[in-house]
This record gives sequence, structure tokens and C-alpha cells, in this order.
Amino acid sequence: MGILEVRDVNKSFGGLKALNKVELDVEEGSVHAIIGPNGAGKSTFLNCLVGLLIPDSGSVNFNGNSLLGIKPHEINQAGVSRVFQTPEIFSDLSLLDNVVIPTLASRDGAFKLNGWKRADQDSEIIVRAEHMLEDVGLIDKRNMHAGSLSRGDKRRLELAMCLVQNPKLLLLDEPTAGMSRADTNNTIDLLKRIGERGITKVIIEHDMHVVFSLADKVSVMAQGTVIAEGSPEGIKGDPRVQEAYLGGAHL
Amino acid sequence: MITATPRKDLLLMGIFTLAVLTMPIWLAPIGASYPDLLQRFAIFGIFAIGFNILFGLTGYLSFGHAAFLGVGSYTAVWSFKLLSMSVVPAVIFGVITSGLFAVVIGYISLRRSGIYFSILTLAFAQMSYNLAYSVLTPITNGETGLQLSLNDPRALDSLVGVTPTSGIPPTNFFGIEMSGYSGFYFCAILMIIGFYISMRIFRSPFGMMLRAVKSNSNRMSYTGLNMRPYTLTAFVISGMYAGLAGSLMAVTDPLAGAERMQWTASGEVVLMTILGGVGTLIGPVIGAGVIKYFENIFSAINENVLHGIFDFLPEILQDGAVAVLSLFVGEGWHLTLGMLFMLIVVFLPGGMVEGFTRIYSRIRNKNNKNNGEAGSVGSAEVQPGE
Ligand SMILES: Nc1ncnc2c1ncn2[C@@H]1O[C@H](COP(=O)(O)OP(=O)(O)OP(=O)(O)O)[C@@H](O)[C@H]1O
Ligand SMILES: [Mg+2]
Repeated sequence: MGILEVRDVNKSFGGLKALNKVELDVEEGSVHAIIGPNGAGKSTFLNCLVGLLIPDSGSVNFNGNSLLGIKPHEINQAGVSRVFQTPEIFSDLSLLDNVVIPTLASRDGAFKLNGWKRADQDSEIIVRAEHMLEDVGLIDKRNMHAGSLSRGDKRRLELAMCLVQNPKLLLLDEPTAGMSRADTNNTIDLLKRIGERGITKVIIEHDMHVVFSLADKVSVMAQGTVIAEGSPEGIKGDPRVQEAYLGGAHL
Repeated sequence: MITATPRKDLLLMGIFTLAVLTMPIWLAPIGASYPDLLQRFAIFGIFAIGFNILFGLTGYLSFGHAAFLGVGSYTAVWSFKLLSMSVVPAVIFGVITSGLFAVVIGYISLRRSGIYFSILTLAFAQMSYNLAYSVLTPITNGETGLQLSLNDPRALDSLVGVTPTSGIPPTNFFGIEMSGYSGFYFCAILMIIGFYISMRIFRSPFGMMLRAVKSNSNRMSYTGLNMRPYTLTAFVISGMYAGLAGSLMAVTDPLAGAERMQWTASGEVVLMTILGGVGTLIGPVIGAGVIKYFENIFSAINENVLHGIFDFLPEILQDGAVAVLSLFVGEGWHLTLGMLFMLIVVFLPGGMVEGFTRIYSRIRNKNNKNNGEAGSVGSAEVQPGE
């Protein structure tokens, strides 16, 4: 059964049709990659899934429930986490706090008036957060300001912030952009490992090495529409895809 | 790096308590140990501590907190008039009433953020100020201000058979008159409690969420947190602190006037917080102290006093020095304060607390070097404790 079912989603910005009848089915537990040239509408599509944008028409169902018209925090509490194209982290806080906050959110819900306990004495939360930082290789920097991290490290931190919530569906917008080859490979390994936990992933990626190492299925977007869909191998040879990528220079 | 631990916090709390309670002693050499000024240190300390919970943690800059100060004062005076000269109901009702006001004003103002939030709170406060002068005169007694009178009902007092023998009875805490040093100690103990509560909030998961609002409200929503109830709770708590401060003004001097709600009073607490250190625990208290000290001491210095100080100089130099310095004292104390404020904002955006932290880490670095250790005070490290 599809954990995410998107039907006929349209979104215009003024005269620009950013999304045109987008359809997408994501299988539970799979890794679904979305590729496509710059400006194809990939990020706009993710924005429509997490409540950042409201589509002009169409439907988005997650586990059988519509995600349209509910608030971003409710979508997250339902089990959808997102890594943004430009990392969204708490820059003024320490790395540990950055991970503690989503951990608290997943345990205590959208609001809890917890003003008398010490956050640093909540060992259950701290242990979970520290394990997560260890997993992404940032544990040594746990007391640093998140704002002082390199771009690649910020991405890994944001990934940790999402993963620590154990989401059912993880949306990744170019999680390896700005990373060195070595860091990219580390991230691929990490994403493979969490694949074993059964987290469904939708991943937008320009780096074909990442796509082919991870994806079970690939959708190709161009000019706001899904123009092709299939297995990574099938997509490679598809002439429409090569055309969208200007003669397949990227493939 | 300075990390907050329960032990260090206990130490900080101990030092703070001791310092506050001994203020009459150690402030004597700088001429600031008279009860009237000490009371104001404590009252504005409370106001600033509460303001900092909103502004320092969430970054929402309210320009209307004086409204809650006024509400607290009016409520307390009404409690003296209708119920009892005991300060206990006055303070309790002052805090509750301003809390209720804060729920309404906060609920509406927090629909916007940034400058629009500030303008909304300012508008509400100015509206309250003008209403207190006009339509609400039956409650506020307009320009004259709300005062006690001999024939006030004081229902609780007369119920237990306390009737004034001569004149209006003084405000009291279980019989202890709330003037002079006892008034100061009452305010001081409430400030210490207020400081402790603020410290608990700073260290709690709730406080962490408030910092998350300030740092990145987008990430906060996509992390599954509902920002609105967090900011509203912070707003109401800080409104209640302001109400407490307002009712304490009435406790030490039982009258209430609308000028307490003026935007200048709202601006003053912003200055106090920034001067001391936004988002630090102790900064707002220091800022409140410095501003009240300047207001009272510097404004009292006049040319005669200056002539006295520079008596040792030849007459021409003496006149020159007095002419220059008199710009900065007396009526001109605002100039001194303004310059101090600009210097702090430009060179120490973290306020006076940042200054102290810098000096501290410089000394520590030097010591570390002397001991041959690697002096590692990374500037990138977080320093939540202060
Ligand atoms: N908020 C907005 N207002 C107006 N136009 C927008 C907005 N967001 C995106 N667009 C436009 O919509 C189109 C799709 O943008 P989008 O960011 O979704 O592309 P993308 O596929 O993610 O590209 P990239 O690979 O560069 O990230 C672009 O032409 C972009 O300029
Ligand atoms: Mg994009």
C-alpha cells in the first residue's frame, strides 16, 4: 500500500505553473528519488507536502489521511519530517540542544508546559540525542554553536534532528549538496542504515551516485510535471529523461 | 566553557540571595543604600527579570509591558481600599489581574511577529494609558491618580475588627509596616523568588522551546512544535512579573497613576534588559540597578556638588570642568545614560554580562597559560551559564 498518495496536485505562482498535475505514489519502506533539472518544481512539491505551501488543487494523502489544510507541526506529529534544501537548524543553540528539541517534540507532543524540570537532567532524552549525534559523527561537537558548523555538517545535523524523531516518512531535499565525496558516502551509509529501520524516504537529489546507491524507484520531474517513473536502471535509458537533462549530460 | 549544572546554579542562587539581602551594606559607599532607592532596585529588577523571559528567550520585543505594571498597581490599591491593608491579597490580585490582561493582549498581539508584534503591544499599552485618563476614570481616578482614603471600606480589616485609630493605616505584611527597610526586604525576597523561577524556566525544556522560537521558528513548526502556546505562556508569565512589580510599587507607596503605563516606562524595561544582557539570567537585574542608580544619583548631582568635587583645581579649570560635566548630571543624566547605552550596544551587544564574561575568560586564559595548560576557551562554544 502507498504510504503517500499524491493526486493531481497543481500550484501556480502568479503566471508560473510550478506544479502541473503531479501524481506520486510512495511505497511504505521504500526509497523514492525525485530527480529533475533546476526549477523543475521539486522543492515546491515538498513544500506542498509539509504545509509550507497549500496546493491550488489536488489531494495529498499520508497513511490514508489528507495532509492538506493541517498545520506544519501537526504534519510532523503525524510522522513526516523534512530536511530542507538550505539547512533549517537552530543556529544560536548547541548541537546537543538542536537534537534534544526534536527528541522532546516526539516524546512530549506539540506543546507541554514543562517549566520546572531541568532539561539537562532528562537522561532518557539526552541519551537518545547523544546517540543520534554519534550516528551522524557530530558527537565531538556537541557543545558547539550549530551556526558555526560547515555547510555539510549543518546538513548532517538537520538529518539527525529529523531521524531522532523516528519519522514514518522522511523527506530529503538534496541532503548531500555541499558535502565532500567522503561525507556524501558517509551520508549514503547512514541513510542505508536507517533504511533498515523501515523509514520511508523521498529524496530529491542531483547527485546520480547517491540516487543509484539508494533509490528503489525514481520519478523524473520537469517543468512542474512528473515526466517519467521507474527503477533507476529503467530511468537511465529513458529518452525523455535524457532530453529533460539536455542530452543526458548529468546521467 | 561555562555550562550550567545544578551545582553551579545552586551556587549562583546562593550568591545572588546573599548579594541582594546585603545590598543596604555594600551599596552604602556609593550612596545608594537608602530604602526608597533599594525598593526601586528590587521592583524594577522583578520587572526586568520577567520581561527577559519573553524578550530574552523568545525574542518577541514587547513595547507595552508598562500596561501590566499599571494594572498591577491599580489592582493593589483597590485591594487596599476594598479588602485590606495587608499586602498579601494586594500582591496576589495584582499578579492575577495582570496575568488575565496579558492573556488577552498576548493572544491578539502574538498573531504577528517582529515589528508588528511590538507595534501591537505598544498600541495596547497606549490605549490603556489613555483610557485610564478618560473613560476609566471611575476606576483609575484619572489625572489625580488612585489614592487611599480614610473612609475606604477595607472589608477584611473591619471583619477582623481592625479599625484605624488615626489616619490611613499603613500597608503591612502580617503587621510589619511596608515602608523603609522592611518594605525593601519584602520586595527583595519576592525578587529572589522571581529570580529562582526564572532560573528554573531557563533550564527547563519549556525554556529551551522558547529559545527555539527565537532561533528558528520555521524549524520549530517542522519539528512538530506548536509555537503559539509557548509564546503566549511566556507572554503571560512576563506580564505577571510586571503585575507583581506594579503591585509592589503600590505596596511601598500606596497610590497608582496612569503615567505608570506610559510608553516611556515600557521603553525603560527594554533598556534595562539590553543594558544588562538580553537572554542572560542576571543581566536584567544589573541593568535595572544601573538605570535606577543613574536616575536617582546622577540626576541629584548639581553644579554646587560638582564645584565641591573640583574644589582643589584653580578657579578657571574648576569652572571649565563643572561646565562640561554638568551637561552629564542633574537634568542631563539622560545624556550619560544614553552614551553608556550606545557604548554597550556597539561594543558589547551581549550587555554588561558579556563584558564580565569576557573579562573572566581573559583572566582564566592567562591563568591557564601560566599553568602551561592549553587555554581552550573556544569562542564558538555555547555559554548558557552566566
Ligand atoms: N514562493 C515562490 N514564489 C514564486 N515562485 C516560486 C516560489 N517558489 C518557487 N518558485 C518558482 O517555482 C519554480 C520551481 O522552483 P523549485 O524551487 O520547486 O525548483 P526545484 O526543482 O527545487 O529546483 P532546484 O533543483 O534548483 O532546487 C521555479 O521557477 C521557482 O522560481
Ligand atoms: Mg529545490
